[in-house]
Amino acid sequence: MVTTQPISFLGGIDPTTGKIIERDHELLGESVKGRVLVFPYGKGSTVGSYTLYRLRKNGMAPSAIVNEECETIVAVGAIISEIPCVDRIDLSKIRPDVRLRVDGATVSF
Amino acid sequence: MKLTKTEESMLSGKEGHATKKGMEILVALGEIYGAEKLVRVSSVQVSGVSYKNLGDAGIEFLRELAEDGKARVKSTLNPAGMDLVNWRAQGIGEDFARKQLEVIDAYAKLGLETTCTCTPYLAGNEPRFAEHIAWSESSAVVYANSVLGARTNREGGPSALAASLTGRTPLYGYHLDENRSPTLVVDVSAQLESAEDFSAMGYFVGRVVNNGIPYFKGVEHAGLEELKALSAALASSGGVAMFHIEDVTPEAKGGVSRIETMPFTAHDLRETRARLNDSGDPDFISVGCPHCSLKELAIIAGLLRGRKVAREFWICCSRAVKRQSDRRGYSRQIEASGAKFALDTCMVVAPIESMGYKVVATNSAKACHYLRNNGLKVRFWPLSRCVLEATKAN
Repeated sequence: MVTTQPISFLGGIDPTTGKIIERDHELLGESVKGRVLVFPYGKGSTVGSYTLYRLRKNGMAPSAIVNEECETIVAVGAIISEIPCVDRIDLSKIRPDVRLRVDGATVSF
Repeated sequence: MKLTKTEESMLSGKEGHATKKGMEILVALGEIYGAEKLVRVSSVQVSGVSYKNLGDAGIEFLRELAEDGKARVKSTLNPAGMDLVNWRAQGIGEDFARKQLEVIDAYAKLGLETTCTCTPYLAGNEPRFAEHIAWSESSAVVYANSVLGARTNREGGPSALAASLTGRTPLYGYHLDENRSPTLVVDVSAQLESAEDFSAMGYFVGRVVNNGIPYFKGVEHAGLEELKALSAALASSGGVAMFHIEDVTPEAKGGVSRIETMPFTAHDLRETRARLNDSGDPDFISVGCPHCSLKELAIIAGLLRGRKVAREFWICCSRAVKRQSDRRGYSRQIEASGAKFALDTCMVVAPIESMGYKVVATNSAKACHYLRNNGLKVRFWPLSRCVLEATKAN
């Protein structure tokens, strides 16, 4: 699941359904559940780390996160939720709906 | 990042699950921000307390940590979503209250002081000059860096909690001398007559400077209340972590002649005040964002003497300041008018939007900003007007 737009977790993703609810987001209405979520970086409130954790506990979390530049909200959220997360990846090389393998710090098709 | 033997042992899990989690968070952040090592902290302020933002999973997370985790340094809490004692009088529902108290219990078990205030520096958590700390209430971060001269980055709730559980934070950003110099000079020609004027100025400047460090020139006097209001506003419209005021704050050293300058004029002040005002007669009035100081409570008590409150009126402050107010007799005068103290919480983190209120009047630009995000209309009034309008029926 690929987007060039940053994601706000608090208020941007519904922690009970896993769906993106941020108005005007290009992924509006799609669910992050079980997907490798590819986006440039997180934005918004730092409480968003807890939203990732809520997704995980509700069985709605992405299976991995790939960022251009991981910032505090996503990094902390990924650690407390034990979601694999890699960054410094050139997102322009990743197309939507391909099978992506995230292993340690590398991403392969 | 270079870790000491003790830190390696914390990371390996030898000191328990909670310490390990905390260390993992700090090491990841340190690597993202290029920190060479961790630094010991003496004080922590943790946000992420309102059940509104944490949800059930947040409670579960805190409980898991509380199984073997303990705060290693002085650690205090941000406001909760309700007054922990008088929540019924505030109109909070039973379910929300039960969950909120579970959050507080988990933090207490972790050894955090359940102060529940955004002004820890008025409630016994007051770091000294140059001390390394890890705070996550944005207004208190700005106050600590700028006014106290302590050193903290803008932490999030979990990273501040990680600092509490390990007694450490990654050494980068505002912990280092070279990152504490001004980036923009603000030449103030507006006459600043009240804390609300400082609040409006902070709101205006925060949007321009974003995450830089403003240096204010031309401010003649700024007391605790003005500095508190300025700190909160700068951190709400922008990502500010620190400011300087010439001849007022301890690290304002001058030597700013080569830095870009912007004006702040009487016109800017008027415009900002106007922009913070929607239309409508308020059905809810609240002061104390950030939480009221003792001096503010004295002013409110004086204004309310012999008057009766005719609208829902919340005065938000910490229990620590309320106790001082009790002793001076201010609390009695305030409560005799029918005004409500809202301790442990405030108009922003309590779920007032779901309690049927539509228009809120307050003296805080920060509160206006967040209340609008919560879908409410706002009026930005000086403290005295907030108090006096509360005594008139709408």
